[in-house]
Amino acid sequence: MKQRIGVYICHCGGNISDYVDVEQLGKLMANEDGVIVSKDVMFACSDANQKQMIQDINEKQLDAIVVASCSPKLHTHTFRGVAERAGINPYNYTQVNVREQCSWAHSDKPMDATIKAYGLIRAGINRVTHSEALESIEITAQKAVAVIGAGVSGLRAAIDLARMGNQVYLIEKEAEVGGRVLTSGKLFMTGENGKEVIDRLYQRLKQMNNINIFTNANLDKISGSFGNFFIDVNVGGELLKLNVGSVLVTTGFDFYQPKEGEYGYKLSENVITLPDFNKLVENGNGKLIHNGKPVKTVAYIYCVGNRQSKGENKYCSRHCCTAAIHSSLNLHEKFDGVKAFHLYRDIRTYGKQELLYQESSKKGDIYIKFEEKEPPIVEMKGNKPFIKVKDYLTSKKELTLDADLVVLVTGMVARSDSNEISGKLKIPIGTDKFFNEIHPKLKPVETVIKGVYIGGACQGPKNISESVQSALSGAAKINAVIRKGSIELEPIVARINPEACAWCNKCSEVCEFDAIKPIESNGKMIAEVNISTCTGCGICAPVCPTNAIEVAHFTDNEIESMIDGFASPANIAPREQTNQNTSSAKAQSLAGYPKIWRTIASALNDKPLSIPQITEKINISIQEVTWNVMTMNRYGFIESTGLDGDEVYHIYKLKK
Amino acid sequence: MPTENFSPKILVFSTDKISDPGIDQAGLRKLHYSPTVYVISLPCSSGIKPRWIMRAFEKGFDGVFIAADGHECSYSPKCAEHTNTIIVESQKMMREKNINPKRIRMAALCSVCAEPFVSHMGNFSKILSELGSLNTEEYKPS
Repeated sequence: MKQRIGVYICHCGGNISDYVDVEQLGKLMANEDGVIVSKDVMFACSDANQKQMIQDINEKQLDAIVVASCSPKLHTHTFRGVAERAGINPYNYTQVNVREQCSWAHSDKPMDATIKAYGLIRAGINRVTHSEALESIEITAQKAVAVIGAGVSGLRAAIDLARMGNQVYLIEKEAEVGGRVLTSGKLFMTGENGKEVIDRLYQRLKQMNNINIFTNANLDKISGSFGNFFIDVNVGGELLKLNVGSVLVTTGFDFYQPKEGEYGYKLSENVITLPDFNKLVENGNGKLIHNGKPVKTVAYIYCVGNRQSKGENKYCSRHCCTAAIHSSLNLHEKFDGVKAFHLYRDIRTYGKQELLYQESSKKGDIYIKFEEKEPPIVEMKGNKPFIKVKDYLTSKKELTLDADLVVLVTGMVARSDSNEISGKLKIPIGTDKFFNEIHPKLKPVETVIKGVYIGGACQGPKNISESVQSALSGAAKINAVIRKGSIELEPIVARINPEACAWCNKCSEVCEFDAIKPIESNGKMIAEVNISTCTGCGICAPVCPTNAIEVAHFTDNEIESMIDGFASPANIAPREQTNQNTSSAKAQSLAGYPKIWRTIASALNDKPLSIPQITEKINISIQEVTWNVMTMNRYGFIESTGLDGDEVYHIYKLKK
Repeated sequence: MPTENFSPKILVFSTDKISDPGIDQAGLRKLHYSPTVYVISLPCSSGIKPRWIMRAFEKGFDGVFIAADGHECSYSPKCAEHTNTIIVESQKMMREKNINPKRIRMAALCSVCAEPFVSHMGNFSKILSELGSLNTEEYKPS
């Protein structure tokens, strides 16, 4: 139980204090059990306040701190750092969200927002009272990485990982490296051939002596955990054992395979997919010939197997519009007089790829828009396809096109063997069947499996450049963690109360990560948690019939005491109204602000001064003066009267 | 019994990575919801213990809302199923205490679901207002 708690309630300029009466809360919280220091502060995250907190912790011998400010997503790390620097365990710190989830959300009801903030802060104090000092889990790490999949992403990531000094094992299922890019022909932007790109990467790779490439290699078994994975790889029938610190999965994608009859696919040899068509263009010479007949008209049908509101693949594959248009331009470049119709739903050539669309339009390609509810119908007369399509850009007029070749623009789908890889590595799979990252924006290449990262198109449709970017970010993340030779893991893991546990197996059954195993203890079987594989999700806790499991930092005591804190009655007095419109009221209201603001204001009382002049007058570091002057200016306490003689610094005066 | 000007007290269990950013965004965009909504954030909605839900009712909350990860959960593809089991289990306990099972509600919320969150809070508040304060029921806290 923490008994010497410091509470800091942030004004956040006015973001919180404009609506929540932080001064009153600061005074009220001082009366709470165990609270030794309770303050309202202008910017809790400012350097000045952080220093003040450290001073308070040392002087008042505080054993826990609560900061009521913005979302914990922004500053938990900042204040854990403060706690650590002051000698308190970082887990004896709690951040309460009184900005996003209180002052901003309830800016329409300031009094109610203050009452809610009271409950939130009470809950924070209660929680920190029960908080425990947790030590991060430190484990040794091999400076070696297994990269699964040697497509363009895997090759590029392997080079970077090796360049940063790691041993790299590149594992490729096929007989040669390069993946889809190897056979993709001419590429957009550079005009290079895919094979050239792969060859260049492969040459670089071969020059590095800390990369081992295994082709015809399959992942057989993986055990161990972050820092020390043991991987069995089957290389052409021979078993190879690897010991690596981390794994980067870059297994790529499959092209959607149209079903028989889908837009006439397989009913005629003249209906083919875009990858097959590209090969035809690539290999054609002089004339474009398919099945012994010259091709004069091509009709591309977009979104095949994609964006199906009632089908399996609801997503857009991002690359296919560009791929089809690029294919059409290659077609025009290589063969004269071939007409191209593009039957599309929406053209999504984003960024620089839009230039291709413009070029294709200039070349005379015809774009016909259809809707999902009325897709084109491909009918055969003999072996020749005829396409009926309602053109949504010309009052849904039905057109009949006769084409020598129908090209189905197929998107990306998850690899057919992704289930197998997910089973071995335990990477979660999303509803789109691609691998799931923790968060698409905040943790885009991390998976919930510690030490297993994903990159490239195995996590969702991407073009080459996006694939390489994500794989490289995975490589950078891996290197940042394993480079020291040891890894620090968050200590938020499940733990077992051995007295209450009677090993019924329920927890282990729901654990997705095989983190719970039975173990004998004092003559009975109980559950044991492997802390290096436990993700701290807590799925095991509610299923325990004897309540023998808790997740550290989310214990019953902590959560239940928070609920009690929310529920406790609040005795809040209506806020005293001050006239904020006049400058004198503004100057007076500085009383509630940091002392340095009052010092600066009194320095400016006699005459306007520049930042160096204020620094000289009040003898505080120029950095601190600069930061505070900028903030005072931003919140309208002072204003600039123009530049000094050298035209370098603004001269500030008190705002009238 | 519905009470005039009654603002039901709702406890929301949300998740650190998925639903909490959505709730934060509602604040950021100043989309208003009832100030009697309080949020506790956890790693995963499948980790909520029914005893916590019961504690909330005991302490005077009128409803509990679970902002679940649904299929977006990065821990388990069965997250919705697990969370649903927790609700079923809690509702069993609620019936024993004479608490209307409608006082618990779950919906999947994503990291940008600011508007859906506000609308869920509005709808749930309406349902709870019709039920009235928990104390007006024949609820007996232990």
